[in-house]
Amino acid sequence: MPSELVHKYLRIDHLPHIWCAGCGNGIIMRDVAVALQELIDDPEVPVSRDKTVVVSGIGCSSRAAGYLDFDSIHTTHGRAIAFATGIKFARPDLEVIVLTGDGDCSAIGGNHLIHAARRNIGLTVVTFNNDIYGMTGGQYSPTTPTGDKATTAPYGNLDRPFDIAQLAAGAGATFTARGSAYHARETTELIKQGILHKGFSLIDVYSVCPTYYGRKNGRGGPVEMLQWQKEHMVPAATYYAMSEEARRDKTLVGVLTHTENPEYTEQYAALVERVRAQSGK
Amino acid sequence: MTGRKKLVIDPAWCKGCGICAAFCPKNALEIAGEKVRLKEGGECVACGACEMRCPDYALWLEDLEE
Ligand SMILES: Cc1ncc(C[n+]2csc(CCOP(=O)(O)OP(=O)(O)O)c2C)c(N)n1
Ligand code: SF4
Ligand code: SF4
Ligand code: SF4
Repeated sequence: MPSELVHKYLRIDHLPHIWCAGCGNGIIMRDVAVALQELIDDPEVPVSRDKTVVVSGIGCSSRAAGYLDFDSIHTTHGRAIAFATGIKFARPDLEVIVLTGDGDCSAIGGNHLIHAARRNIGLTVVTFNNDIYGMTGGQYSPTTPTGDKATTAPYGNLDRPFDIAQLAAGAGATFTARGSAYHARETTELIKQGILHKGFSLIDVYSVCPTYYGRKNGRGGPVEMLQWQKEHMVPAATYYAMSEEARRDKTLVGVLTHTENPEYTEQYAALVERVRAQSGK
Repeated sequence: MTGRKKLVIDPAWCKGCGICAAFCPKNALEIAGEKVRLKEGGECVACGACEMRCPDYALWLEDLEE
């Protein structure tokens, strides 16, 4: 019998999962489960299990929708946000959570991402960002850092990477944050904030893929990769207390942008009201 | 020591990645034969750090029977 959390919120008949030993996806999936459990258990918060939908695309990370025991759909590559938009549009009362890889969300699905952000539709997107295509054998993705190696960049990647959170914020997302597999507790808090935020939220969580990214780039195994996150990624309280000089090679774990703007499905409902009133129906 | 929780290990789900052992603040865990176990004399303080980062949910804290 596994832990109460796992028993309650994961489909234990599908566990242990297929992810490699030390893959960050298992940690991030647990963060999502804990975030949901804590919101569901909080009587002050209107999140409930039967009004929560989990949507994913295709990729190692997207398997998470199949393991989480919620109403969930595992869709097609790159289209998770498109399916989620349809669900939210039809049922704005649902909490719609998208779990997606960096390829799924910023390569093939990049257009869905920017337009969902532009509309500020009330989805919560959690990226499992491992800087590579894990499922298909380690091809570079739009977040692979310049110079790093991948199956399709054996001499080093020429492209400049996207910062998915910045991309989403630039396109209109009203809540963006950065988490990491190492910083599980902080990431869980950020996911909770993203779910509670009204409007488009994106929590870009740095994962680790020891099998492809780690091996191809000499980053060691899962322990070394998480150790790197521990040393180079810094939770907000510490980060803001550091000098600018000390921050230079550090990445913030925390909220990046938070603004308020009208949410899309609410604007749509208001539009329907207005048109009905005008036509006297 | 909180005194109210105890660590439970299910080696069946453990993939031997070593994350729990590497980040245990008390250095109480070790991997033997690709499975995790509590070190002999290992002093677990039930902090939950291993449960939080185990990608395979193979160890966790449970309430101690009163
Ligand atoms: C339309 C389509 N194109 C390509 C693929 C092949 N494919 C499957 S997963 C994937 C990329 C996976 O990378 P990412 O989304 O970053 O997820 P990860 O596996 O790293 O978690 C690709 C290209 C597909 N399944 N469908
Ligand atoms: S290939 Fe990489 S992302 Fe996929 S399960 Fe293995 S470690 Fe995780
Ligand atoms: S609960 Fe804390 S002290 Fe005990 S084994 Fe896990 S990480 Fe170590
Ligand atoms: S973190 Fe989990 S899977 Fe990895 S060695 Fe520890 S118990 Fe096993």
